[in-house]
Amino acid sequence: MKSRRFLLVFSLLLALGMILGACGSSEGGSNESDGSNGGNGNSEEGSKDDFSVAMVTDVGGIDDKSFNQSAWEGLQAFGKENGMEKGQGIDYAQSASDADYNTNLNRLVRSDYDLIFGIGFLLAPAIEEVADQNPETKFSIVDSVVEKDNVASIVFKEHQGSFLVGVAAAMKTESDQVGFIGGVDSDLINKFEAGFRAGVKSVNPAIEVKVQYAGAFDAPDDGKAIASNMYSQGVDVIYHASGGTGNGVFAQAKDLKQNDPERNIWVIGVDRDQHEEGQIGDMNVTLTSMVKRVDIAVQDISTKAMNGEFPGGEVVEYGLEDDAISVATTNEEAMTEEIKTAVEDWKQKIVDGEVEVPSTQEEAKSFIDSL
Amino acid sequence: MFSNRLVNILIPIVSVFLGLLVGAFIMLGFGYNPFLGYLALWNGAFGDSYFFGETLRQVTPYILSGLAVAFAFRTGLFNIGVEGQVIVGWLASVWVGLAIDAPMIIHLPLAVLAAALAGAAWGFLPGLLKAKLGVHEVIVTIMMNYIALYTSNSLVRNVISDGKDRTERVPETASLTSEWLASLTQYSRLHYGLLIALFAAAIMWFLLNKTARGYELRAVGFNQDASRYAGMNVGRNIILSMVISGAFAGLAGAMEGIGTFGYQSVKGGFTNIGFDGIAVALLGGNVAIGVVLAAFLFGTLKIGALNMPTGAGVPTELVDIVIAMIIFFVASSYMIRWFLLKVKKEGK
Repeated sequence: MKSRRFLLVFSLLLALGMILGACGSSEGGSNESDGSNGGNGNSEEGSKDDFSVAMVTDVGGIDDKSFNQSAWEGLQAFGKENGMEKGQGIDYAQSASDADYNTNLNRLVRSDYDLIFGIGFLLAPAIEEVADQNPETKFSIVDSVVEKDNVASIVFKEHQGSFLVGVAAAMKTESDQVGFIGGVDSDLINKFEAGFRAGVKSVNPAIEVKVQYAGAFDAPDDGKAIASNMYSQGVDVIYHASGGTGNGVFAQAKDLKQNDPERNIWVIGVDRDQHEEGQIGDMNVTLTSMVKRVDIAVQDISTKAMNGEFPGGEVVEYGLEDDAISVATTNEEAMTEEIKTAVEDWKQKIVDGEVEVPSTQEEAKSFIDSL
Repeated sequence: MFSNRLVNILIPIVSVFLGLLVGAFIMLGFGYNPFLGYLALWNGAFGDSYFFGETLRQVTPYILSGLAVAFAFRTGLFNIGVEGQVIVGWLASVWVGLAIDAPMIIHLPLAVLAAALAGAAWGFLPGLLKAKLGVHEVIVTIMMNYIALYTSNSLVRNVISDGKDRTERVPETASLTSEWLASLTQYSRLHYGLLIALFAAAIMWFLLNKTARGYELRAVGFNQDASRYAGMNVGRNIILSMVISGAFAGLAGAMEGIGTFGYQSVKGGFTNIGFDGIAVALLGGNVAIGVVLAAFLFGTLKIGALNMPTGAGVPTELVDIVIAMIIFFVASSYMIRWFLLKVKKEGK
């Protein structure tokens, strides 16, 4: 009896599958044609018509609300300009672990993409290896430097942007204590920290900057715990440079703000304008964000490569002067005219070269000592 | 019609089949074509020699981490610490690779041995605590995972490298990579570690099934009290089991350290090789040959999955769901066993 009932359920499931299959197949069909088109890009190098670009994300994934997403937005913008869409001229591959970087890069090389981006410094060793094996393909790495003739290295002057949000933080704090939460203690994130500390101290050397690293870019629970600790010690502005971990910082700030709307609690976002993350009712805990326009850089390099001006072997630096680094002013209530003016002043000084923003911890130390 | 042995073999096969079937329904449900999806998965894993090489490369650490979990299981221990043992093994192999200058014939075995020893040491501690004080190994090994991760990060950053995010590459003399295997598979990262992994599987089979010591280990796994009554030293067997399990896990780390990557980097999170090893062991029924086959399946799914978004527009997350479904059906093997026995009875 029971097995007969099982058979009935099974056949019903199968029937359902058939029906759903009929719905799904048309879409599947178009996907197939999509896939076959991206492949034949490399037949005539340099020719605009069949130029194709792809990117490999790091473990954050394509929808990380951070630089992977931003890079893809850049490629989409590039595609729109040149009549390409996903699967036709532009595409991405996501990595689930460190071991996937090589595999994904090689897959895209095999699909004859002309230019392949590695998004994030984690991909540097993989790009180095694959670029060596495929000297005909162009590569580009974001946030790191790979010295190969067919690799263009994209780096950002995050220390400049961090300096400016440091200025904003110093002017906003009432307790004279601000915090910095980093993802993984690495050269890249040290750059954020150095700039931020220098910015804060430039406004008021008496302000204390508490620094802590979460040890991960994908641990919102750790971010929340560290933020909770900092806020309870009297810190009232936290700048996070920690990717997904920062979501926990926002969560904690919003919790505190909800319990006590009068309290002075702020978060400074990173990479993208994180205004939305800080929204709670009609209040917002996002003071500002250090915006790093990976999309501008990706679009720029793609366009150059298409026009045959690919900066292979070079390190291309994007900073305040290219508008690739900027400070968000979406929260108009929090970013008062006074703060905005100060930020603008410092920005001018940096662009004019009057102020040399430190980018390592040693430089930051000597910078602060010299104040 | 079905012997017990056959049922034991059928359960994982049926589980895999059901997992793939449910995965197909989920793909349908979200409007993807499952045939194209699985075709992309197949091509992504076996499409040409490069991808086949990458699949075998991914299988290598899975075999060893699966063996590690399975070995402890057989003695009635649940070693969740494989992940941490992988990390210390990884670190040890790279460290020996970088610190020592020796000809390959000495250097390479030394690096591999160091990894096994490091993993064994990481397994020894939970084993000791369990045997002497009765502290549950699950809790200790979970904690040891974090200690391994952050200690390794700190050592890479401050001791082995000069404040960098990763170590230098290990020299050729301590590397498992092979020009020959790479050129055979169009520059995949396939390395000689696969042989080590298969050899380790043979060792596990021999140790557990053909030696008196292995018999004791298994006896402890079946019933500790009976083993003690029979005059076996339960504590010593528990420690030994954790040490051997840790050594397998350490070897898995060496596969990554001096095989796939050639360096150790500051890690933002776990590698998941050890955690996937739990699933591999479960699917493989905790026997050596089963673990090898299960590792092959997992490696195929993991590498093939990378091709599903580009090949068929199916998100990689779906493959994780399929894997989860397979594990679900293995874990609920009672259901399948019951069904198979039912069929068996009716067949008579």
